[in-house]
Amino acid sequence: MTAYERVCKTRANDRSTSIDYIESIFTAFTEMHGDRRFGDDKSVIAGIALLNSMPVTVIGIEKGHGIKERSMRNFGSAHPEGYRKALRQMKLAEKFHRPIICFVDTPGAYCGIGAEERGQGQAIAENLMEMMTLKTPIVSIIIGEGGSGGALALAIADEVWMMENAVYSVISPEGCASILWKDVSRANEASECLKLTAVDLYNFNIIEKIIPENDQIFTNVKQELLNVIAKNNTLNHDELTENRYRRFRRMGIFK
Amino acid sequence: MIQFKKNNNLSKNTVFDAKKDTTISLTQCIKCSAKLEDSKIIGSLGVCFYCGYHFKQPARQRIESICDKDSFVELNSNIVSANILDFPDYCTKLENARKASQEEEAVVCGLCTIKGFKVAIFVMEPNFMLGSMGIVVGEKITDLFEHALENELPVVGFTVSGGARMQEGILSLMQMAKISGAVKRHSDAGHLYLCILTNPTTGGVTASFAMGADIILAEPFALIGFAGPRVIEQTTRNRLPEGFQQSDFILEKGFVDDIVERKAQKKYIAKALLLHSYRKELMYDSI
Ligand SMILES: [Zn+2]
Repeated sequence: MTAYERVCKTRANDRSTSIDYIESIFTAFTEMHGDRRFGDDKSVIAGIALLNSMPVTVIGIEKGHGIKERSMRNFGSAHPEGYRKALRQMKLAEKFHRPIICFVDTPGAYCGIGAEERGQGQAIAENLMEMMTLKTPIVSIIIGEGGSGGALALAIADEVWMMENAVYSVISPEGCASILWKDVSRANEASECLKLTAVDLYNFNIIEKIIPENDQIFTNVKQELLNVIAKNNTLNHDELTENRYRRFRRMGIFK
Repeated sequence: MIQFKKNNNLSKNTVFDAKKDTTISLTQCIKCSAKLEDSKIIGSLGVCFYCGYHFKQPARQRIESICDKDSFVELNSNIVSANILDFPDYCTKLENARKASQEEEAVVCGLCTIKGFKVAIFVMEPNFMLGSMGIVVGEKITDLFEHALENELPVVGFTVSGGARMQEGILSLMQMAKISGAVKRHSDAGHLYLCILTNPTTGGVTASFAMGADIILAEPFALIGFAGPRVIEQTTRNRLPEGFQQSDFILEKGFVDDIVERKAQKKYIAKALLLHSYRKELMYDSI
């Protein structure tokens, strides 16, 4: 499969979204709405659930299925209030010692007038800084599209995983093609240039795991989550946040 | 004073298309259309003396005007970008950027005193791919914050950026996380970080260390935002309101502490340091 075929696959209507993962992996999911500042962003779902018998905080960027639900979810493009809702729930996770699991699936943070007026940049920046030192384990899974800063804002974690066919990129292939060649139709080539597949990112040491997309995907994810949470729960808070800082600190190769 | 280089920022529309009369070296102000003599603009810190428009200012010129004389010591000047993704035309782009800016990368970092206060300082370079943030920018700024943390120094930063550097793919995105982590650690240890956003500050720089400062200032007439105006117009198919994402708008929406014009910045920074109980290294003129 080419990189661009994977990009298209992440955008397909029948691909599993965050809600599908949450419903299959956890029980007793209880959704919590609103950022307590402006409103409730339906692109981001957040709440508390049980992973086997362990309470965990679950955050997901939700694209929805079908045009009606997709437009209600703003096609998975969050506004600042979505990131602020997520951060509020993550702070509560820290308070109540719950591990955090984020499902990331977004073409990018929303680019619009309201989003700018309410500080899209500030909201993302705050998540990056705050997640870096949250004293509770965090795992982020890129399940579909990992669209730039809007994805990163929920992917400051102890481990970041990608589903086999997921992509994670600094810019959409279309955006890249239009800047490079002024031609959106060359998104195919741009996808190759950007090195955005799970294998590419694994080779760059950006992610810890690629999760196979066989008929057991939810079982696979659940088992991996149980393993990593068991491992991270043995670390004290200082070790946890030090490792998280080091994880990002080493990213970058230069002469 | 360092001279404006060829392809300087005093241009009609963008950094690279200076509309000049070659014989007397004039630049037209993009705001009031006044024709300005280049040599005089340098003396005015790159500010139009008719309307106050702030042209983009090269990093070395900012350092010259903000840091105390001969106090600036550069850090990590020798790390340079490589084309690790084999991205088309990236090597040529880097070569051109080096020529246009006379800098190795899109940020200059170092230590200096400002009216006697010792600080760690980073200044982004508009002529280097419009301050595009790649691995080297990430590494230099992260290292500066770590150095400042270790030596208990405040950090002063000047941003100008179109965002993350596409040509370095996901690794450039990760620099947002890397720098944010270093900013947070510096902050948690109780040190001050003051950032001045200059025209333009957008994308991944806005969404990380630009908005992560304790004191955030904007230069007059700066475009500040996450998405660029053209992208927003394309996405929403709406015309943007007058003044959208300009400094005044950003102040009104509550995302910066104040707008400070270029000639008042040095004094402002020194006052902020004084108000945060930093002490002067040497006796300099009073603030
Ligand atoms: Zn003017």
